[in-house]
Formats: sequence, C-alpha cells, structure tokens
Amino acid sequence: MSSADELNEPREKDKAEGKKEMIRDWIILGVLAIGATVLLSFFPSKIESSISTGTEYLTEMARILPAVMVLMGLFKVWISREMVVKYLGKASGLKGIFIAALLGATPTGPLYVAFPLAAAMIDKGARILNIVVFLSAWACIKIPQEMIEIQFLGLDFMAARLILTVFFVSLMGLTMEKIIDKTEPLGSG
Amino acid sequence: MSSTALVINGFAILGLIVSFAKNREKSVRALKVAGKSFLKILPMVLIIVVLVGLLLGFVPPEGIEEFFGDQSGILGVLIIGGAGAILHIPSLIAFPLAGSLLESGASVTSAAAFITTLTMIGTVYLPVEVKILGKKFALLRNGLSFLVALAISLLMGLIL
Repeated sequence: MSSADELNEPREKDKAEGKKEMIRDWIILGVLAIGATVLLSFFPSKIESSISTGTEYLTEMARILPAVMVLMGLFKVWISREMVVKYLGKASGLKGIFIAALLGATPTGPLYVAFPLAAAMIDKGARILNIVVFLSAWACIKIPQEMIEIQFLGLDFMAARLILTVFFVSLMGLTMEKIIDKTEPLGSG
Repeated sequence: MSSTALVINGFAILGLIVSFAKNREKSVRALKVAGKSFLKILPMVLIIVVLVGLLLGFVPPEGIEEFFGDQSGILGVLIIGGAGAILHIPSLIAFPLAGSLLESGASVTSAAAFITTLTMIGTVYLPVEVKILGKKFALLRNGLSFLVALAISLLMGLIL
C-alpha cells in the first residue's frame, strides 16, 4: 500500500458505516422517546422537572453546536492529513510534544482515522513519545470539544484537565518509548 | 447567552470570514462538512437531552452524590472510569452528561474520570489499533491511559 493510500480515509466504507450509525441513532431516539413518554405517564409528578432540565440542555447545545460544527468543518478543509505527517515527523524535544499535541487537537474524525497517520509517522522516523502525545490529543483534547467542555464544565475544569493530560501523556509516551523497541515491526498494517 | 457561547460563535464567524477571503470553494466545502456532521450528531444530542432530563428528573441529587460524590471514595471513581472505558459515546455529548452529573452532586474526580477514560480509551477501536500499530503499542497505550486517566482525575479532585 502506498503511503498516499494509507493517508486517505476509506471513504465509501466510511459513508455506509456513518449512514448505518445514523439510522441506528434515530431508532434508539424513537424507542427512548416512547419509553420516556410511558415512564412519565406513570409518574406525572416528574414531568415538569424532566422536561425543564431537558429543554435547558437543548438550548445550551443549540447555542454552541452549530459554531462547533463550523469550526470542525474549517479544520477538516484547511488542515490536511499530509500536513500533519509532514510537521510531526520533524519535530523533537519539548517543541515536538507541543506540536504533536497541537496537530492532534486540530483535525477532526474518529480515533481510528489517526492510527494510519501514526503508523506513517513512525515509518518516517517520528518518536514514539510524539506519536503517543499525538494520539492522546486526537482522542481527548480536540479544540472544538474543549469549547463544549468550557460551556458545560467551566474554564477551570477544562484548563486543569488539559494541562494534566498533556503532562501525564508525555510521561506515558516516555515510558512507552523505553518499553517498545523501535527496530521491531509494529503491526501488519 | 453565556460568554463561552459568544466566544465560540465569534471564533466560528471569524474563521468563516478569513476562510472565505482566502478560498471560496474550500469554505463552501467546510460548511457542507459542518452541515453533514451536524445532521449526523443530531439524534445523539437528542438522545442525551432525553436521558439527562430523565436522569435529573428521577434520580435525586442525593442518589448521585452517594455513588459518585466526594464520600464515595475510590470505588465510585473506578466504576465511572470503567464505564467510560467501555462505553462508546461521542465526547461532544459526554461533556453535557458529565456536567449534569457534576451539577447533581458528583465529585470533580468522578466527572473527570468519566470524560478522560471515555475519550482516551477506545475499546471499540482496539482491534484496529492492534492491527495498525501493533499489539504491544495498542495494549500499552490503552492500559497506561486508564492509569493516567485515574491520576488526572484524582489530581483534579484535589485542585478544584
């Protein structure tokens, strides 16, 4: 497989998969809505508090979700996968950790999209440390997500989690670098 | 409207203006991507709205506090962290859920453990990760991530 193929998503498969997931979600929602209606008809005293909390959450989401989606769209269009591989392969030291975190935090897509990128970067000689930071940032400190985190959990919570995550994930990367011998082939992909 | 919402919307508008100034075609594509992801995540958002409504409507704050509050100790954190590691919920939606737990008396540690394990550990993706990055790498990363998540959440409980 050429490296260009590895970097591009399996689009057709992704699309079919996404459609299936969406249909499943709508079905779950329908079942849940029926369940909730039945449940609330047995406990009329809970109707008011349930609906008011639900509405409160819905309005909070409605205020930020469209903007978050627009930001994700912009990231997706302007930051190509090739660019990520190019910059991460070269970075080293503290700057490398910073760049790895930043590169992981901007593109969008599920974690499994990041695995082939990580493999390509290891091939190009990137440090395991940077790869681990990159994957962890991809998984849990995405910039659009962080904004939702501020909205629902507060700036203190988000900042504390962000700083602690970068710190501990770097430690984890160093540990893994000690354990994994880079001369061994990693996986079959 | 909260200041966070204002800032996020400001960023989005600014980003769009800059993007359109630089490349119209790419910007239209970005908006299409945004619309598609919005439709994709919509049912999940509504599911969480119903669940959070029912959760807070039915479970009294004392109940949540008992399980996941400050007094629940390490067991509560382990349970919620384990749940986060196994469950497969988009993180965009996990934040409101964690926020509602926090509001109803769960500890900062529990909320942080839930979010961190949920996002960092992908049990669903583990087979793919093993295939692409190797068994050793994948198992080490996921295993260590669980420990790291616990450390992060315990420290957050101490700081906040």
